[in-house]
Amino acid sequence: MITWQEFKDIFLNGTWRQNSSLVQILGMCPLLAMTTTLVNGAMLSLATILVMALSGLVVSLLRNLIPYEIRIPVFILIAAALVTMVDLGMNAFMHDMYLILGIFIPLIITNCIVLARIEVFAAKQSPLQSFFDGAFMGTGMLWTLSLLGGIRELIGNGTLFSGIEAVVPSLHHLQLLPESYPGFMLAVLPPGAFILLGCLIATKNWIEARAAARAKLPPPTPANAAGCH
Amino acid sequence: MTLSSPYVLKETSVTWVMTQVCLALLPGIAVYTWVIGPAILIQLALASLAALAGEAAMLKIRGKPLNLFLTDGSALLTGWLIALTFPPLSPWWLIVVGTLFAIVVAKQLYGGLGQNPFNPAMIAFAASIVSFPALMSQWPSQDMHLGLVEHLRIVFGLSPHLDSLTAATPLDALKTGLKLGEEAGASVAGLLANAQTFGHVGGRGWEWITLAYLIGGLWLCLRRIITWHVPASFLAAVVVLSGALWLYDPREFANPLFHLFSGGVMLGAFFIATDPVTCASTPRGKLIFGAGCGLLAYVIRVFGGYPDGVAFAVLFLNICAPLISLLTQPPVFGAKGRN
Repeated sequence: MITWQEFKDIFLNGTWRQNSSLVQILGMCPLLAMTTTLVNGAMLSLATILVMALSGLVVSLLRNLIPYEIRIPVFILIAAALVTMVDLGMNAFMHDMYLILGIFIPLIITNCIVLARIEVFAAKQSPLQSFFDGAFMGTGMLWTLSLLGGIRELIGNGTLFSGIEAVVPSLHHLQLLPESYPGFMLAVLPPGAFILLGCLIATKNWIEARAAARAKLPPPTPANAAGCH
Repeated sequence: MTLSSPYVLKETSVTWVMTQVCLALLPGIAVYTWVIGPAILIQLALASLAALAGEAAMLKIRGKPLNLFLTDGSALLTGWLIALTFPPLSPWWLIVVGTLFAIVVAKQLYGGLGQNPFNPAMIAFAASIVSFPALMSQWPSQDMHLGLVEHLRIVFGLSPHLDSLTAATPLDALKTGLKLGEEAGASVAGLLANAQTFGHVGGRGWEWITLAYLIGGLWLCLRRIITWHVPASFLAAVVVLSGALWLYDPREFANPLFHLFSGGVMLGAFFIATDPVTCASTPRGKLIFGAGCGLLAYVIRVFGGYPDGVAFAVLFLNICAPLISLLTQPPVFGAKGRN
């Protein structure tokens, strides 16, 4: 089925090494439009996780039946059917959130990351692996979009979790900065998303560069000694 | 030691150039202080401090030599330009946030002096007017003659910001006057006759500040610190476009002189668009760059929603500058035309 090592690899790939927003820079349109608040970013990512995990599973199950030449339209049909299910489900059970996310739920199908993972991974791997790949790719998007949404919301409005009422009616948003905080509107506008995404990408690269430098630090002493004649 | 031409050497350094530009701003600052009040000096001090602090912090993080870059005066000049473009009675944090944004995001994150594609001062203005539109359009009324202490209290939020302290800028007054008086048949000439807002050619008081910028700018041109191309084509574009529309319908459009002497046109043409880092680099390119700035500034100012268009015009042309430079490369000496 799936080994622990495989599982760990898929997890790290999806959430960090090939993070859809920070490394592959895919799905920029929903990222710009929907990370105005933490809740919006997280909810859109959750919907995407659902679509990606299920489409990975279904495509992988059918991979030997799909003719190679027409695989892309078939992949899209499968994913579109799943997106429609998520769309209708959200409309029925989370109507308020559905109204906020609006067109971006049906537009999940146009998010390159969905088709990219089907084509690159699910069409070639077994069902369980594909399911987890979709889920963890989406999880990578989830933490990135939530973080970006949280930062934008905090800088732009001084709040966190605003709009949580649409998901859990009993909860309220947090007012982290004083009410008199004027709000740095730029953070909520698309340029702010680009600037902050750039900062996040830089932070990720910095963490990796530091890790790489650390890994290199303990020099293999025997080889070093041998090197100096 | 010079072994080949040029034999005439000129002591130029970034510090020297920046100092000269700051000196050229002094007449403008002096008239500004005289007309509007000492608030501008407070804003200048705040912007300078914020600029130097932001620059020092970023240089430290980036591991660059502090002394070399802090004393080159570029951060200071950015701070001064920001102070001159922000409303003087705005709260202290507005200019600090704007300046830090300019230095940290628009300058240092791109790689510091010489690497920034956009003019940092204009980025500060654009970011602030997009984020805080109400605060960025509160310009002081000239009928309130307040001293340094009152201005200090207002800037630091110790006394309430009264509505009577602010007044519409001449450009705003003209635009809203024309819009409101469309049915009543308001004309530019009728509106300009209002002596409370308008002076001889531009806004009352502002026209003198603009004149001082013009003098400082001409001095820079004469000293060859900036070339004439950008200011000349910038101002010419404004004059041609506003003149054409004025001749077409003088009731609807103000005369060229009014447009030259209101808003940020003079400051923009001589001090902002000429920034050697973000401007086009060839002579012909500079002419195109300046003309583009002038045209866009006029269009945004007259037909757009923002009170003045200079900042957005300069930023837009900043993006185009590399392409303009590339397309206007002069032929190599000895070669026939461009191949």
